[in-house]
Amino acid sequence: MQTCVLIIGAGATGTALARDLSLRGTDCILVEKGDVNAGASGANHGLLHSGARYIVSDPAAAAECHAENRILKKTLPQCIEDTGGLFVAVQGDDEKYIADFPGSCKKCGIPVQPLSPDQARDMEPALSEHVIAAFRVDDAAIDPFKLSLDNLCCAQEHGARLLCRHQVTSFEISGGRIVCTHVTDLKTNKQFRIEAQVVVNAAGAWADIIALRAGAQIRMHYSKGSLMVTQNRISQMVINRLRMPTDGDILVPGGTVSILGTTSERVASPDFIHPEIHEIDTILDQGSAMIPKLAQTRYIRAYCGVRPLPAGSEITNPARDPDDRAVSRGYELIDHQDQPEQVTNFVTITGGKLTTCRLMAEKTADLVCGKLGIKAVCRTRTEPVPDAAEAKWTSPGLAPAAWVQESRCKDPLLCECEMVPESVVKKIADSFAANHQQAGLKAISLRSRIGKGPCQGTFCSMRIMAYLYDQGYMDDRNGTDDLRAFLRERWRGQQPLAWNNGLTRAELMEAMHCGLFCLEL
Amino acid sequence: MDNQKADIHCDLMIIGTGMAGMAAALFAAGQDLDIVQAGRTGQLGFASGLIDVLGVYPVARGRIVKDPWPAIADLGRHEPAHPYAKMAIREIQTAIETVLGFFGQAGYPYVYKKNQNMIMPTAAGTVKPTYAAAHTMAHGQAAMAQQEACLLVDFKGLKGFGSRMIAANLARTWPGLRPVTIGFPEAGTELHPEPMARALETARMREKLAENIAPHLGDTASVALPAILGISRTQKVTEELSGLLGVPVFEISTMVPGLAGIRIKEIFQQHLPEMGIKAFFQHSVRRAYRQTGGGWAFEVGDHSHLRLVSARAAVVCSGRFLGGGLHADRSGIMETIFTLPVAQPPDRDSWHHRDLLHAGGHLVNRAGLAVDTSFRPVDDKGRPVWPDLFAAGTILAGQDWMREKSGSGLSIATAYAAVRAARRFLDKT
Repeated sequence: MQTCVLIIGAGATGTALARDLSLRGTDCILVEKGDVNAGASGANHGLLHSGARYIVSDPAAAAECHAENRILKKTLPQCIEDTGGLFVAVQGDDEKYIADFPGSCKKCGIPVQPLSPDQARDMEPALSEHVIAAFRVDDAAIDPFKLSLDNLCCAQEHGARLLCRHQVTSFEISGGRIVCTHVTDLKTNKQFRIEAQVVVNAAGAWADIIALRAGAQIRMHYSKGSLMVTQNRISQMVINRLRMPTDGDILVPGGTVSILGTTSERVASPDFIHPEIHEIDTILDQGSAMIPKLAQTRYIRAYCGVRPLPAGSEITNPARDPDDRAVSRGYELIDHQDQPEQVTNFVTITGGKLTTCRLMAEKTADLVCGKLGIKAVCRTRTEPVPDAAEAKWTSPGLAPAAWVQESRCKDPLLCECEMVPESVVKKIADSFAANHQQAGLKAISLRSRIGKGPCQGTFCSMRIMAYLYDQGYMDDRNGTDDLRAFLRERWRGQQPLAWNNGLTRAELMEAMHCGLFCLEL
Repeated sequence: MDNQKADIHCDLMIIGTGMAGMAAALFAAGQDLDIVQAGRTGQLGFASGLIDVLGVYPVARGRIVKDPWPAIADLGRHEPAHPYAKMAIREIQTAIETVLGFFGQAGYPYVYKKNQNMIMPTAAGTVKPTYAAAHTMAHGQAAMAQQEACLLVDFKGLKGFGSRMIAANLARTWPGLRPVTIGFPEAGTELHPEPMARALETARMREKLAENIAPHLGDTASVALPAILGISRTQKVTEELSGLLGVPVFEISTMVPGLAGIRIKEIFQQHLPEMGIKAFFQHSVRRAYRQTGGGWAFEVGDHSHLRLVSARAAVVCSGRFLGGGLHADRSGIMETIFTLPVAQPPDRDSWHHRDLLHAGGHLVNRAGLAVDTSFRPVDDKGRPVWPDLFAAGTILAGQDWMREKSGSGLSIATAYAAVRAARRFLDKT
């Protein structure tokens, strides 16, 4: 295969970059070892930062977040719920931080509106009686899956190609250039070559591994963050704890649920990570100081992601910052031409935040186009991203509304918790079939709400699998393996929350799939 | 709280209406005892139509058990805390034969071989070892074992049962399985097993269904369906549909809650009151009070219909987390009615393995009530907590019914043992 730009990694940055380059008329291929947003891009709060979180620890990142917040609200309104945000302090929180907060926001150009504790509780009745200070900021909720899928669909409309479940195995380097990239199709184990004029490493927490294959050393920290999803939405707005960033200090609404986070723990590798029970306990205990009902509410699942933090940008020494809170959340764009390895057509973009993915893509595309001698300018700053039909089913509450309005309930529901009907599963499976791919349960769940309700896939997994076979989307004997893989993935998020109702659901899942169907044998 | 205030007095209170509670009531009936039973019957809905006794042992090796009795003897030697280890094998056999005989008398016979497990196909396209299969399902064993040419029928609009899925995933074990999708007679957009089964209890619908299946028969030797072959008249439905098609018809167990659970629930609900059990189905036991001088008083029902039942002894068969007998918060696991001591892992970290399907199973499933050989819950020193309180079913510690494939057998056997022990206690006092 040949292309102008090969992008490695289909997360928020890789897909935004594919769109940016495509709009500049540049041909590109995205190679992804898992699926879209398989890493941190799919395992975060879905928060569109106002920037206020970083005013003390990282003022530059704060200002960037603020600017991008404005741009994305205009260009991607379909992915954003403009909830607004609150920063609240409770009794015992650092009074100096509270006093300095509005001034620091203003210094970074971030709008902030002081509120009395009563005003804040009027806006958000779930807030603690012990709130002593509150400010309103421009935070919003953003659907990270729809964001990446919309960017990707736009890029594909302009000719970009995506290869999921394809892994970069090696680079052929000659005369200081990557002349060819070796890629393995992880399904068939077939190997092939991609010749590209420029290769961009947008592999997130795996960027150092990719760089190493081109002989480049990137020093990175892996910072794991765990989060939990509530069964019902707890607040209308994003609620932040008004203090230096630490565990359990943010609650972000997302459609019909809320997401409570997060931790920050240094891990040795971005693979094989789990949300741990002690993290869940910490988040819960901290979060309920701000919003007491978080201690009692029902939770659906936990998940975690790994932030790739560039180690070159440490602000303090590690001994004083054991959980990497002070490491810059800014991005790092590396031109490997200027590095010791001197590879002229290799670029790495890493670090950063979901909120700044467009900016990261723009800066990367500028560098890439410079290398290619392309004069076209960036269009993503002002041009809206089309609302892609293929990407609309990730949004909580959309499928039920469409089911009631469009099909008048005549379309059988395969996922009854989130009310996802046959027609939605069919549309997603068709989009895979159009690319000669087989849609498994995990791929469908990434593109819809299946398995995301209280049953966590216990019932819908079997119904959808049976449907996929009946409609001919699947015909081999891999179905039960796919079922196992899907249930295992759901379990990862259930296991640390398995007390009270969570334990009842876990027992039901095991009773059905082990007790009756013997999937463990 | 003393005896005078109670609305109802009885000798033995049976708490729970799952398989263990129902079996306990059956064993206690006809013995000159006043019996009261209470509990919500939702749990029986999870019965699959298969009675497991011990299908996998040792669990960690995933070894399928051919003959359950020597395996239970082996288990008893290696796992002394297991409820089966506290009984004689002869008693387990008697208990299970009694319940299976009862189902047979009630018109829903089970098929089994005394010293052999059966291997059955499932709706997931997997196979499952079990001890006894409802007569509606039993032919699946022979059909699969002999790789019989079999037509596997699913229905447009019936979710979660896909003949293509089952056939594709069982292709190696059962190449003769041929999937087909047909319409159910007079069906709407979405089908549910219970109305389908009720419909098939009429001759007209059986004939129509046979007409829909007949064009696909070819040289098939049997026809497999999801569990829809009637509710209270399964024998008639199965025989007549087989007659109309000219080949045996059988069911493959579907997702739970399913029809098999409804059938046995109806059987118990009909027969136990006839056998003299005073039953409060759909009413749960809210609280237990210790009476001065021994015995118990129980609040049964809800605010609008609260009854006070006094009992000389009680058998608790309230199930695990799903059944409500156990409850867990972040700090630990508790028993919900008597706050009995619960044998459990030291901390929440060790409750579950990170892999759902980990071969060894999850430690939390072995938590529960530890009992002595009289099936009385004991404290951490092994002493009975109360002389007149007995326990049975999946609430017991030391077993993992989901992985052992021992659910129904364990419930039935321990109910038998607990009722016998309660009887001995009542005879003495």
